[in-house]
Amino acid sequence: MKVSVERAESEGISDAVAVQRTLAGDRDAYRVLVERYSLYLYRLAYRMSGNAHDAEEVVQEAFLRAYQKLSQFAGNSNFGTWVYRIAANYAIDRIRQRNVEEARQASPSRPTEDGSEIDTMAMIKDPSASPEHLASSAELAAKMQQALDSLTPAERTAIVMRHWEGCAIEEIAAVLKSNSNATKNTVFRAVAKLRKALEPFAEFRGTARAMGTES
Amino acid sequence: MMHLSEEQLIAYREGETRNRESFAAHLKNCDGCRRELERIEAVFAALDAMPIPDPGEDFGRRVWQQISPRLAEKRERWWDPFFEPHRLLAFGGVAALVLLAFFIGRYTRTNAIPPSIADTGKTNERVLVVAVGEHLGRSEMVLMELANAEPEKGQKLMNISAEQKRAEDLLEENRLYRQTALRHGDTVMASTLDELERVLLDIANSPDQVTPGQFEAIQKRIAAKGILLKVRVVDQQLRQQRGNVEEAPQVNATPVAGNKI
Repeated sequence: MKVSVERAESEGISDAVAVQRTLAGDRDAYRVLVERYSLYLYRLAYRMSGNAHDAEEVVQEAFLRAYQKLSQFAGNSNFGTWVYRIAANYAIDRIRQRNVEEARQASPSRPTEDGSEIDTMAMIKDPSASPEHLASSAELAAKMQQALDSLTPAERTAIVMRHWEGCAIEEIAAVLKSNSNATKNTVFRAVAKLRKALEPFAEFRGTARAMGTES
Repeated sequence: MMHLSEEQLIAYREGETRNRESFAAHLKNCDGCRRELERIEAVFAALDAMPIPDPGEDFGRRVWQQISPRLAEKRERWWDPFFEPHRLLAFGGVAALVLLAFFIGRYTRTNAIPPSIADTGKTNERVLVVAVGEHLGRSEMVLMELANAEPEKGQKLMNISAEQKRAEDLLEENRLYRQTALRHGDTVMASTLDELERVLLDIANSPDQVTPGQFEAIQKRIAAKGILLKVRVVDQQLRQQRGNVEEAPQVNATPVAGNKI
């Protein structure tokens, strides 16, 4: 009973306290952080990697790396943001590595990094893939996955962090080790590519939400 | 007003434009642009619908179970970064040069005047001059190779991963030398190394494989900064300086003019 009381108490502690306790040698304090942020990292990792197995790997490795470098963690930033960055960086490395490996094994038309744009787009825009054929959500999800796979690692990171996580350009630039203008262009390029790939399948619906023209 | 471009519409949607008001006014009156924006919005709506499999409520606990056995020796101690392979290599290189310089000095100057503080300073200076000269030489090689490479006819992708790796290795050394130059008040050298660092960083952060267009952009950035010429000039100065240091009289040696590093 005592254990569960301690556990309940520890689960209520702040990130900063959990970090301090971990640094002082209390491994259970780190468990609080892992359980608190695992799902958050999983969503990012899944969108970046495109499959559950890789996503779980990314989450585990991100927490291992964070633990390893915890003494370097500056207390002036949020642990969630920090570990999120670690996960994003690791996910980019994995995608790059995967692309290189795929390129090595692939036939000449197999997509790789930047060259993927033309071939993958052609594949997505297969005329036989009419909206009727894509009626099931599984098929549509697969097309979306293909479209995301056609992005470069930097573009994919940029769009995931920007669109789904609502990160500021500067935050994305820090992960990409780039500057704000270049990152902005990366986001624009990613949106344009996704549009080209998904527009034939995306449901066209009028919306004034993002337009600022409601009045 | 002409129609808004796709890039302008995306920038507007992302809230990343300075002309937000004028774009909004245009969109209010232009059906074509409004439809374009709606199409972009529809793509985002489709992306939002992309399912993410639920890893389960106990996912956090499972992650902990997976990683906890591997945590015991994982946490990095404050001195660990000093033992990372690339740092060890850099420190090892400098240490080897110091030793080499020491033994060369010992065996070539058997009848020389006993070493003084000034001589020690001179040895250090010579070691640094040699090391920085070699660093600049290696950097020049990487930049030259990139500047002179051309895509083959019909080549879609160029693999620059080898140059990237070398640029990454050079970056660490470059930082050390730049900091040393700054400490010695050698602003010319520090500034050249600073510019070189940016170019090396640019190369190291490029994709492993680039299209001919991207490759050309890298070449243009190298050319625009004139870094190759600057590196060559400083390298040449260092060679002269090295000659001066070696030829200078052993007693009452005067400080070498120009770059101090």
